[in-house]
Amino acid sequence: MSADIFMIVPSPFFSGLIWLIAIVVSLYLARTPAHYSIRALSRVIHNAMRLSAHSIMHAEKQLQQRNKEVLLAQGREASERIIEREFDRIETSVRRDLAEYPAIHRILSDEISHIDEDYKNSIEVPPNPPGWVKAVEAVAKIPSKGDPVVADILGDIHGSLVKANEKTLDEYRVSNQARHNHLKNMMPHWRKVLSLLNQVEKHVSNLFSRSVSIDRHMNEYEGILKRTDRSEQMLSSSSMTQFFISGLVLAIAVGGAVINFHLIARPLSEMVGGTSHIAGFQINTVAALVIILLEIAMGLFFMETMRITRLFPIIGALNDKVRIRMAVVFITILTFLAGIEASLAFMRELLMEEDAATRAILRGDNVSIVAQSSYLWITTAAQMGMGFILPFALMFVAIPLESFIHSMRTVIGVITVGLLRIIEWGLRLGGDVVRFMGNALIQLYDFIIFAPLWIETMIRHKQDQLGPLSHESPKE
Amino acid sequence: MIKLFKKMLFLTIPLVTVACSQQTSYSKGVYMLIDTSGTYTKELTQAQRIINFTLAKINPGDTFVVARVDTGSFSEKDIVQKQTFEDRPSMANQQKRLFREGINNFIEEVKPSAYTDITGGMLQAVEYMNEAKSGVKTILIFSDLKEEIQAGYNRDIPINLEGYRVIAINVTKLRSDNIDPVEYLDRLDKWRNKVESGGGEWQVINDLERLEPIFSS
Repeated sequence: MSADIFMIVPSPFFSGLIWLIAIVVSLYLARTPAHYSIRALSRVIHNAMRLSAHSIMHAEKQLQQRNKEVLLAQGREASERIIEREFDRIETSVRRDLAEYPAIHRILSDEISHIDEDYKNSIEVPPNPPGWVKAVEAVAKIPSKGDPVVADILGDIHGSLVKANEKTLDEYRVSNQARHNHLKNMMPHWRKVLSLLNQVEKHVSNLFSRSVSIDRHMNEYEGILKRTDRSEQMLSSSSMTQFFISGLVLAIAVGGAVINFHLIARPLSEMVGGTSHIAGFQINTVAALVIILLEIAMGLFFMETMRITRLFPIIGALNDKVRIRMAVVFITILTFLAGIEASLAFMRELLMEEDAATRAILRGDNVSIVAQSSYLWITTAAQMGMGFILPFALMFVAIPLESFIHSMRTVIGVITVGLLRIIEWGLRLGGDVVRFMGNALIQLYDFIIFAPLWIETMIRHKQDQLGPLSHESPKE
Repeated sequence: MIKLFKKMLFLTIPLVTVACSQQTSYSKGVYMLIDTSGTYTKELTQAQRIINFTLAKINPGDTFVVARVDTGSFSEKDIVQKQTFEDRPSMANQQKRLFREGINNFIEEVKPSAYTDITGGMLQAVEYMNEAKSGVKTILIFSDLKEEIQAGYNRDIPINLEGYRVIAINVTKLRSDNIDPVEYLDRLDKWRNKVESGGGEWQVINDLERLEPIFSS
């Protein structure tokens, strides 16, 4: 019925032919405005897309700038924290070591005076020859002339002299031994002095290594302040690494939280019931989730009050007394919750045993075999231990969470920049495609009306051949 | 800032109210009809097994009813044991043990009935379960499905089984079924039509080793 509308003559072929001619002629007549419209439309779309791409490029640059600002600000803050901590350590070290220094000095002085004393005592004094030796020498020079009395006297003198020498030699040996003993006494004092000096050297080298570390951090900090590209690249790379590592640790923590959840969800049904629902979730599972979230929150606050993390500046800015009190409160609540979890884990084991016994009764099994197992205490103890330890383990989630949140800003910024770049590229490509499509459409339009165009070309060609005449005639 | 907070509060209150006022019931309700007519009483030990299986699978907050099918089953007196289990798992376990004891006593003392009023039992089941407001409602029929109504009882009543699953368990073949199996198939078809025309879902489980479909939603 609808096809009949297009039937101009009874023959479909001729009707179609007439329609074709009519369309081609119409298109030919409308060629110039149609070309203009197609070109204008494609240009409008092309320009709109280019404008959009330009504005997106602008937004991308702004975002990049903002990312840089965020990255540098975070880097600056992190560097300041590190440097601050290094200075704190140096301060502690200096205070401790310098406080020890007067004592070391006194000990050293004492030791040196001991050594000095021993040294003085150990000085070797040559033994004085007896005073009568010269007299004996003079007597010994008297010629004996064969007188036996003189010879006896001289012999006696010689004997006395030998005895005197031996006595002197013994005394010398004794005094030498005493000196050696003094020198021996000096040994522990030397060693103590050496040990004290080593201690001082250790302190000094420790300070030196810390100062090297501070130098390095200061260089990085200066780079950040100067906004160098190297600093930006370094921070960006560090941020990405932090993001993935902290994400991994958080995933592990989520695993721990899931285990924790399963430990307490079932026994909680004994307390809050297991049949009521909140937003489609069983109330005991909601309660278990709330307890775990509370534990994480307490852990987070505890880490915050200990100034290990800095997610809440208000807590960090509190005075030390209040902060420490809060820390004690948070850790007490956390311990209390951990205790509750351990109890719930114990209750879980009891419930499971009771369930097993009931199932055994229903199956007609021997209940005593099910209930009595010598290894049950191991699982009970393990569950209770896990119930108590997991809340404290979850407390440390605060550290990767802080890293994750901080690095996420940078990562989201980088991803958004990437997305904007893709959109910009797509818009530019789309704009160019639309422009070329416009040109292609014009060519297609001309292809459809190639017959009248060909006729027009032929006529023009003929006119050109007759050109001078036809052109001149109007002038004439 | 205060305005923003007020707006958020206005948005939050209805959301919380809607979330908390959801009346969706997540509990299960199982109503088991046990045929105690004639020779079928020999099968009651199998029924005990199914009851124990159901008790093992049922959760706190669920409802479980066991009723006998006798001459006139549209009566509360035919309910052997009924229990909506406590929220607390330990209490529910105790209730399960008591339930089991009640069933054991019933099976020891049951006497065969002359007639089999399955339709009356189903009507009673629907009435009870509608009052219990369980989320998932299942009627288990432990019978050979051979209905015998005493003269004078009107059981030609349409039953509204919208939202119910009716599971026939242990539909044993009678001697006459062995002679003419069409009789057995016709019997099953009759009950299928009855349940499905009432808007219910029909299922047959004859293999008592595979009872899990009872609790598959």
